[in-house]
This record gives sequence, structure tokens and C-alpha cells, in this order.
Amino acid sequence: MNALYSLLFVFLLVLIPLFGVDAAHMRTFFGVCIPTTAFIIFIIGFIYKVVTWGRSAVPFRIPTTGGQFQSFDPELFKQNKLDCPQTGAQTFFRMVLEVFAFRSLFRNTAVSLHEGKDHPVVAYKSSKWLWLFAITFHYSFFIIALRHLRLFLEPIPFLPVGALEFVDGILQIGAPVMYLSDLGLVAGVVLLLSRRLINPRINYISYVSDFFPLFLILSIALSGIYMRYYAKVDIIAIKELTMGLVTFHYVVPEAITVSFFVHVFLVSVLMAYFPFSKLMHMPGVFLSPTRNLPNDSRAKHHVNPWNDPNIKAHPYAEYEEEFGVPMAEVGLPLDNPENGVPHDETKA
Amino acid sequence: MSDIPKADELFKSIDYNPPLSGWMETPVDFSPGHWCYPAKPEKIAYMDKELPGLWGEPRQWLPSDADWKLPPNWRETVVNGFRERLKKFRSLQLFMDICVRCGACADKCHYFIGSGDPKNMPVLRAELMRSVYRGEFTLAGKILSKFTGSRVMEEHVLKEWFIYFYQCTQCRRCSLFCPYGIDTAEMTMMARELMHLVGLNTNWIMEPVSNCNITGNHLGIQPHAFKDIVDFMVDDIEEVTGRRVKAPLNEKGHEILFITPSGDVFADPGIYTFMGYLLLFDYLDLDYTMSTYASEGGNFGSFTNNEVMKKLNAKMYAEAERLGCKWILGGECGHMWRVVHQYMDTMNGDTQWSGMTTPKSPITGTVFNTAAATKMLHITEFTADLIKHNKLKLDPSRNDHLRVTFHDSCNPARGMGLLEEPRYVLKHVCNNFFEMPPATIREQTFCCAGGSGLNTDEIMEIRLRGGLPRGNALRYVQEQHGVNLMACICAIDRATLIPLADYWAPGVTIAGTHELVANALVLEEGEVRTMDMRQEPLPGFEDEEDDWTPPTKEEA
Repeated sequence: MNALYSLLFVFLLVLIPLFGVDAAHMRTFFGVCIPTTAFIIFIIGFIYKVVTWGRSAVPFRIPTTGGQFQSFDPELFKQNKLDCPQTGAQTFFRMVLEVFAFRSLFRNTAVSLHEGKDHPVVAYKSSKWLWLFAITFHYSFFIIALRHLRLFLEPIPFLPVGALEFVDGILQIGAPVMYLSDLGLVAGVVLLLSRRLINPRINYISYVSDFFPLFLILSIALSGIYMRYYAKVDIIAIKELTMGLVTFHYVVPEAITVSFFVHVFLVSVLMAYFPFSKLMHMPGVFLSPTRNLPNDSRAKHHVNPWNDPNIKAHPYAEYEEEFGVPMAEVGLPLDNPENGVPHDETKA
Repeated sequence: MSDIPKADELFKSIDYNPPLSGWMETPVDFSPGHWCYPAKPEKIAYMDKELPGLWGEPRQWLPSDADWKLPPNWRETVVNGFRERLKKFRSLQLFMDICVRCGACADKCHYFIGSGDPKNMPVLRAELMRSVYRGEFTLAGKILSKFTGSRVMEEHVLKEWFIYFYQCTQCRRCSLFCPYGIDTAEMTMMARELMHLVGLNTNWIMEPVSNCNITGNHLGIQPHAFKDIVDFMVDDIEEVTGRRVKAPLNEKGHEILFITPSGDVFADPGIYTFMGYLLLFDYLDLDYTMSTYASEGGNFGSFTNNEVMKKLNAKMYAEAERLGCKWILGGECGHMWRVVHQYMDTMNGDTQWSGMTTPKSPITGTVFNTAAATKMLHITEFTADLIKHNKLKLDPSRNDHLRVTFHDSCNPARGMGLLEEPRYVLKHVCNNFFEMPPATIREQTFCCAGGSGLNTDEIMEIRLRGGLPRGNALRYVQEQHGVNLMACICAIDRATLIPLADYWAPGVTIAGTHELVANALVLEEGEVRTMDMRQEPLPGFEDEEDDWTPPTKEEA
């Protein structure tokens, strides 16, 4: 049901520019106003959210350790520097692996229950499907985003954009060059989507807001592929428009056809939606206190900004006052010998 | 215990397919057995006197009642408390925003594996809180409530929190597998802080908390009784080894203050571990003292809120100062060590007295820079260093009747990274050591299902379900290698793993690591022992005349 809602939403979103450009002739509105506004919402929303996180305190160092810590004897007990970092540099590498290789997800296992011969068996096996789907999806998306820089840069720097395009199109299939990343993105989204639809447990925890971005990104990918391989849009005219956007000299050439406006509108929706959604996991992964802190809180002093110095232990003096008599009876030493004298005796 | 199904029946009842109704619509079972008893009002009244404003009104109530007697402004209190904590903990704020519900954590929780209840999937457990966050604090959640899985704080939501956030042992296994490191333990801690504000609590946590504050230990053992118990253990050690060990209590002027969880003073098998410490220290002629005032390493405050955690922890430094100790040696305990490792110095470091120094073993001279800030050393680090320097004469064959595996306690494993030291110690004190399957040990270790204040009998079925992953791994090595003892470094483990093993892997006993050290420790040249620390005969020394058999349950 949630998936259907999302699909329906995205259909409606496609209809808006189709109608708006073809019937209502709002070319400037869809070519300039919408993308600019969406970009502003994206930037401000993104920064606002990251600043909100940044203003929230990190009172304690709480890294989740995934291996042996740095022991008193590093040779006898070899530290797992990547999963249990103790210095800034080690933590940096842990984060690099986390962000670029999805290391935690790589660890994933799947549990299954079996009827053993005479007793039950719980089995675990490595399960890298989610890692594979996710990494395909994210890298393809990333490469496509970088490739799009050619539309916004003049001249186009060969590194990284030109080189990337060369490698990405290395399997030349027909003309224009077929990009691997286009395939990867569609495959990644479809696989992630199928997983959400087919796996009953994942389906159970999925909201509209989980399906929607997937359908949206799929429609963006498909509209882009349609423009490039089938409609063969006028790329020179598009570059005129995009360069206009970044140089604030807005032009909307007549040669641009409606499929481009659909693509741009969907991208705009994604940008505007981004800061309010779970897509913020992108900047969030860098800030996670269980991953981005060295595991050194027993060796180094850290400060909790709201640590309350007024909270103190129950004073020993009160403890001794309360239990002094029995303590004295069994011969436990007392700070104040009077505490060891029973009350009625002190009175007497 | 009688209405708990047999192990194979329970196993067959596990179904990983979620129900047809959405999770928000699926009702929560409030029948007895699904919750721990609420705290006795006098315990709350006492703590409210010590740390006012954190507890709500002390009262009698039961989760099975329709009316939980919440204070009239409960909703405001919880929502405002939530808002306040979003600012105080980046972890909370971030983890509310960035979960993508990928489900990598879903089958990592021992409670989910043993129950199949989807609300025990860490992602959904956290959604109980996230849904409220979105509904109360985010624009998108307020406008598109249904589409974003948002809801506002209502009584049934809070009641659901009570059930499920007291079905999380804060073991952090999910956090290891989360691509963003989202830590359900953090959220459980926050949810519990909020529930405490309106008086939703459990006695199994609050009674230890108030006891720790008054008597120094969670069992409420008063100082003279504590001394009696220790003396009793000294007698037992003499019985086993012929050696009368020193057991200094509350003595000033010693170099080291030794603090261990009081669970080890109270019941077996913990007492054998405690006897192990005493024997080891006496053998080394260690300049140390224990304290009745700081007689608890375990910090039940960490199951309630930050304020109590700090207050109970503060005792350690306060007592080190009073007794003039230079550094602290800590016994085998799970959450005590998470608190010591991750929180102690940040909370209480500035209350250390000037005489404290980085721990340095007086026997080997090793300086433990790993503990330079807290000045507190883990006993397995201390012992591993002794073994490395050949300072202990060990006869591991005394443990030859034992086939040993090691249970990594969650907190030292995932909260510290202490994995190798206990293994090193064990491998030197016993000849037969076997690892459980890799997906169930080290950083991937499974909880005993009784951590974070849940080791109480009223939720025994939940505990046994949660114990399935650990119990099943144990059963595996029991069959493969004849394992008959599981060693651990946590006092809660020593209490909770016993019913768990009896249920899932009958025949396996539980012991602390230093019990096995004590068995193997050769006190003097040519020393012959005829029994182990439990006063059971070592192989070859069984008394043939002894026809005593243990009484059956019916007789006892």
C-alpha cells in the first residue's frame, strides 16, 4: 500500500511539468524558477539540519568497538586499528572505510532457524546483498552526479569529469556511449525497491517515505536515460540553460523539449525533499558518535559541557554515621570512633 | 517457571513473519510475564530525596492495570524531556534523523531472534521513539503523519515504550551492524530517562539503585554483613588451599582499591570468582584494600538516567581519596566496565584526588597508559600482564576436568574492545579451551538476555527467548567439544547464564575467569589440591566412601 502511494505520487509529479510546459507554456517557471528554488531549499535545509546536529552536545565518547582495543601490550594483544581506533588518524580511516566502502554493512549476516537432529539450530551466514545493492546504487548515483558537472562548468576539467566519463563509457554499446553508471543506478534502485517489497520484515518497517525516494530516483534515472538514448535532446541548448543558471544569466532556449523539463522537475523535487527526509543520512554518517570518535576515554580526559558538578556521591560520613555501630562490632575501621558507640550509650 | 514451554516447543513457536496489522495498529500484550514489576514507592521516594525531580510521584501501579496513575502533566513532561535530550545528546538527535530502515539490524537482536516479535527488531524498537520525534518535532512529520510514520505522544505510546524499552539489554549488537552506527542502547537509555520522569520504572533497577546509594552495593548488604561474607569466603579458601588469605576492608594507606560487582559477594558462582581474586592478591602479597562503602562496581544508575549513573560512580573516586589509594583495580563486570570505560572520567574525572596515579603493576612494573585518565584497570589486563611476565605459577591441569568456552560479555566487548586479555588468561589456566562459532563471539557476541536490569524472574520466558542465540552456540560447542563450562567476565552473566544454560544447553556450568585462575594457581612448591574452588573433588581425589548424592528438587 505504501509503495502504491509512492508510485502514485511520482506519477503525479511527472504530470506536473508535462502539463505545465506543454499546455501552460511555463517554460521559464520550470526551467529556471523551480530548479533555483529547489536548490536554495536544498542548501539551506541541508545546512540547517547539519547545524542542528552540530549544536547538539556529544557528552560522552561512545564508539561501538568492533575489535580488540589498544592494550597495555600492543604486541601480545594486537589492536584492531580500524574497528577499534584509538587515535585521530585511525578514526579517520575507520570513517573513510565506513563512508566509501560501507564497512559495517559489509559485515551483515542473516539468521535462520533449523530443526537439528535432536535440537534446534540457529545459523548465521554472511549476507552481502544489501551491501552490494547499496554500493551499486550509491556509486552510480555519485558518478552520475559528477558527470553532470559538465553541464555547469566551462571549460570542462578533464579530471575528474572527463576521465570519469571515459571510464564510465568504456563499454561502448551503440551511440551515444552507454554509461555503466546509468545501468548501475537503475539496477541498484530496482534491487533495493524489490528488497523492500519482497522481504516481509523490511516491507513491514517501510513507510511511504521509504518508497517515495526510490521511485523518485528511479523516475529521474529513467527520464535521463530517455532523454539521452531515445529522445536525443539538444545538449547544446541544455548547456546554455544550465550555464545560465550558474551565471545568473537566465535563458530558456526554444530547442529544449519537454522531457528535459520532466527530468529537471523531478530532480528539483528530490533536492527540495532531501533535507526533510531520511536522505540526510548522507551528511549524518559523518557525525555518528559511535563511529567517528576514538576509543580513548579511559586514557584521555574529555569534557561533557553539561556535566553537573553538584551531583556527588552519598557522603561516606553519613554512611559511617548510619552503620558505625555494627561496623565497630566486626572490627571495621572507623573515621570517627564516636560513630561506633551505640546511641543510648552516648546519651548516658 | 512451570508455565514456561519446553525448549523445543518454544523454538517451534518462533515465527519471523510479521503480523498482518501494521506495527502501530498491533496491540501490545500487557499480561503478566511481559514486564518487570514497578518499583516500590519507598525506593522512589528515597531517590527523589537524593536527586529531586527525576522520578515522578511515588505510587503503587501495575502495567496490567488500565490506569497507570500517570501524573496529570505527563505528556508535557515527556515531550519537554525529549526536546531537552535532543540538545544534550547528538547521538539521540542524529539517530532520530538518519535511519533509512534498511533492516540490517533487524535480525541482530537476541530478543528478536528468540521471539520473532517485530517490535524487537532494533529498527522498530527505535521507531517507537522516532515516530514520536517526527510527530512532535519535525515539520514533515506533522504535515504528513501517516506517510512518514509519525504519531504524537499518547498514553498507549508511552505504555508501548515501557514494554519494549525494558526488553532491550543495551547490548549494542545492532549498532555494530548499522551502516550509520545507530545505537539502540542510546535510545533505550533516553527512553528510560523519559519514563523515569513520569514514574515508569522497575523495581529490579530502582531497588539496586537505592541500595547502592545507601549501603554501597546493590544487594543492600550492610558493612558488617559484607565483612561476614568475606570472612566466610576466607574460610572456604583455607578449606580448599590450606592458606589463610588476607582480605583487607576499608583500610587506609594501601596502594590499590579493588572494586568488583557485589553480585560476586552474594551468590555462586560469583563467590568463587571473588575467592579467586582474594587468593590471587594474597599470593602476590598485593598492597590493596576493598571497601564496604564502595562495594559495588556495577552501576544500576546507568539503567535509569545520567544523574544517578554519575552519583553512584562518584563513590569510587571518593573512596579512593578517603582511603588514600593511588589507583583502582576493577573486577569482572559488564556494564560497570562500560561506565568506567566510556563515562567515568568524563563524569567524575575532576573529582580524583591528587594522589592518584596511572595504574602500575607493583609486581611487574608495567605502566598501564591505557588507563591514564580513569586510573582504573581491568582485572584481566592485570592478570594477563602477570602471566606474561611469568609471575604466576600455574598448573592448568587442575582444570582438566573442565572443557571451557568463553562468553564475551557485551559491554567489555562492544563498549571497550576487551577481547583478547580474558582469552589469554583462560588459555594459560586451562588446557581445554574452545571457541563458540565466530558469529556469536567477540564483537559479535550475544547478550545473556538479562543485562540492563532485566535479570529478574518475572520475565523469565522473555529472557529464555532472548537467550536462544547464546544458548544455541553453547549447545554447539557442548556437542562438538564436550564443553561443560562457560567462563565469562560479567557478574550479571554469572547470574543469568545459569538458567539460560540449564534451558538451552543443560549440563554446562558458568564461572568467572578468576575462579579458574584460582584453581590453577600453585601457591607453593609441591602444593597438592584435592578440590577446586567449589570444594568439589578434583579428578583422582574423589572420595570413594562418599556416597552422598545431591537432593532432588522435590526433596529440597
